Parts: sequence; C-alpha cells; structure tokens
Amino acid sequence: MDLTFQFNWHAAIASIPYLLKGVPYTLLISFGGLAIGFVIGIFFGLLSINPLRVFRWPGVSYIEIFRGTPVLVQVLFIFYGLPQVLGGPINALTAGIAAIALNSGAYISEIVRGAVQSIDRGQREAGVSLGLSRSQTFWYVIWPQAFRRMIPPLGNQAIVSIKDTSLFSVIGVGELVRQGQVYIATTFTALEVYLMVAVMYLIITLSLSFCLRLLERRGLVGQ
Amino acid sequence: MSHIVTLEKLNKYFGSLHVLQEIDLAVDPGEVVVIIGASGSGKSTLIRCVNGLESYENGTMVVDGHEIAPRGRSPKALAAVRQEVGMVFQQFNLFPHRTVLGNITLAPVKVKGMTEAEAGESARRLLDRVGIGNQAEKYPSQLSGGQQQRVAIARALAMEPRLMLFDEPTSALDPEMIGEVLDVMRELAREGMTMLVVTHEMGFAREVADRVIYIHEGRIVEQGRPDAVFDSPQNERTQAFLSRVLKH
Repeated sequence: MDLTFQFNWHAAIASIPYLLKGVPYTLLISFGGLAIGFVIGIFFGLLSINPLRVFRWPGVSYIEIFRGTPVLVQVLFIFYGLPQVLGGPINALTAGIAAIALNSGAYISEIVRGAVQSIDRGQREAGVSLGLSRSQTFWYVIWPQAFRRMIPPLGNQAIVSIKDTSLFSVIGVGELVRQGQVYIATTFTALEVYLMVAVMYLIITLSLSFCLRLLERRGLVGQ
Repeated sequence: MSHIVTLEKLNKYFGSLHVLQEIDLAVDPGEVVVIIGASGSGKSTLIRCVNGLESYENGTMVVDGHEIAPRGRSPKALAAVRQEVGMVFQQFNLFPHRTVLGNITLAPVKVKGMTEAEAGESARRLLDRVGIGNQAEKYPSQLSGGQQQRVAIARALAMEPRLMLFDEPTSALDPEMIGEVLDVMRELAREGMTMLVVTHEMGFAREVADRVIYIHEGRIVEQGRPDAVFDSPQNERTQAFLSRVLKH
C-alpha cells in the first residue's frame, strides 16, 4: 500500500466537465432504449400470456433468449455482427439503444406479464358481465391496475439498464465510462476519475429513485 | 316463448366432476328465483352459466331470446346477453382505480355510447336509489362493504338490464351490513326486476322469492313457492339441508 498516496481533488474536479459530455449519451441510450423496451415489453408480455399457444410461443422465446444472454454479448452482436448481414456499419449509438431496448424489453415483458396476471380474476368477470368486450375489459379495467403495479419493478429495470450502458464503452459510444477512460489515458488519475464516474451514475439513479417514489405515492391513490 | 331464461337438460363438467346435471329451468319476466343449497352444490356455477362466465357442455340455454351454444361457441349472442343481464358478485369486484361514479359510468359510456354527462347523471340517480348519493366521488376502498355492494348493484343497473344475477351478494359482508344490501334487492324485486339469486339468507328467500330452488350435488331436487319449500319440503335432502341451516 502506498502510504504517500494523496487523493488529487484537483484532478477529480477537473475531469467533471469532460465527464459531463458523456451524460447525455448515457441518458439517451438508457432512456431511449427503455422507451422502446417498454413498447416491446407490452407486446411480448401480452403475447406470453395469450391463451393460444401459437401466440404464446414467440413471446416466451423472445423473453428467454434476451434474458438469458448477457447484454454485452447482445451489443457486440449488433455492433460487430449485424453489419456483416446488413452490408454496412451500424452507428454505435444506435447499437447501444437497440441492445438496451431488446434486453430491457425481455425483462419488461416479464414485468408486464406478472402485473397483468396479478389482477384478480373477478375484475375481468365484472368487466365482461357489464357487457364490455374482452379488449375493452383489458384496456379499461385490467391494464390501469396492472400498470400501477408495474411502476416499482419498471423503476428497478430502469436503474439496471442505466448501469448496463456503462458496458457500451467497448463499442466506443462516448458515454460516461468511455469519457472517463479517454480522460484517464492522458492524466493517469484513474481513482479520482472513476470515483467521479461512479458519483455521476449515483446522481442519475438516485434522482430516478426519488421521482419513482413520488410517482408511487401519487399513483397509488384509490388503489 | 315468454320466458327470459330457459335451460333445458343443461350439463356441465369440471374435468370429470359433473357439476350441473340435467338442469331444467325456466324463469318468467318479473320473477324472483332464489337458489339455495350447500356450498359446492353447483348453485353459483348455475347462475354463472346464465351470462357465460362459465360455459356448459351440453343441453340448451336461451337467455332473453339469444341462444347460447355449449362450450362458449356463440360469442356474439353472449356479448348481447351480457349487455342485458346484470351481475352482482360475492366479492363486489368494483374497479379499485375508478371512483364510484367512474365504476358506474364505464359500461354505459363504452358499450352504449352514452356521453359522460348523460351517464354521470343517470349514475347519480342510481346512487340515490341505493342510498349512497353522497359517495359518488369516493374510491371503492373508502367505502364499507355494504356500500361497496350497493355501488356494485348500481353499476349493474346502469346498463338497464332485463335480468339481474346475484351470486351470494351478502356472503362477504359483516352481519350489520347485510340488511342494507338486502333492502336494495327487496326494493328491486318490488319494482318488478327479474332476479336470479344465490344466497344463504333464508329470511330473504322466504320473504322476496316467488320461487325457491334447492340444488343438491348439481341437480335441482326440489322447487316451489317459498312457504312450500321451507315449511313442508318433500325431498329428504331438502329437509336435511333446511334443518341444518334453519336451526338456531
């Protein structure tokens, strides 16, 4: 252990403006990916609970494949692998968003499935016995209740996906970790800079937790 | 045919369990039919068949002129029947994310195409009718069980049903709240609503029913006017059941 080590506050603070350039990319990849992942999740989540096996099968397969493989492998596959098929390069940012979308989509499918299945059977019975069609019963009765139950696990998934974007430094997206690595390459202040990187992730995830807690408190009215 | 419900030789199975056996039942408009029987006798299953919450395997069923085929094979007729038949559940099944008013107006707006204003106005009239006109803006969880069940009745009535099904409407209620729900049902019966009621409230059955049906192990073993069934049951199973439930 180097007892003469001195934490270089100056280096830590000097790295901030540089690291901040990575924040928009981190946010864009994670929230862009999550937004698409939510749409994917609703689609495949509902497929996976369809009473007909022909619909259920693709839903379940998608979930198992993208939940069962690492997001790092998925992004490498998209960024390096797909261009061989497409015949042209894929933008790193696009590849990152696609990987988060597909990966979080699988988890969100499970969140959607669990929430919808947790709604009491009596709710559906009440809806159809009032003359509502199956889809009206779903969208006006089941979905609003299920959606409220999805908010906490969705928040959890958002935090996981935000942190997953740090892996995309390997394909050269200028997100937080990548910015840190580039900065360290010239200053050799790894400890200081990675600490600041960690703090920035923490600020993002803590703000999200805070917003979710507010939402949950408001969303639970009349539950 | 003037019957509002006609069941002929209706059979239903849960797997190998023959839960409804050769059920024949005809209900006239305005008639109040109370179905009694031990738990597991098939009485709830029977009324759940009438609006298609349960399908049946064979026999015939005609509800308000719509023939409902076995095994859920007539979804169109079923959709039509459900708009004309109201149902009240043991567990109320109110929509917890909607206010009392929102519970009542949902189906009239979405199914009948009424405007929110029209539906709201008629919902408030119904709430007055069931004695909770001042609770319209509350959520179900803010009401007592008895109030919730009265909202559920108002919600069903908002579709202006020609027949009301009650599946043990007071079984989940605290004793002191049973009366307020039965009062609403009594009033409905007096106004001429056709009702099919599954209940353990023998006092209500005796007072309000035009006909009492006793079901035992999926079969109708006895039926008749309430005084006849309660005071001089012919079937020994009915006698045994009544001696158990009427003993105090």
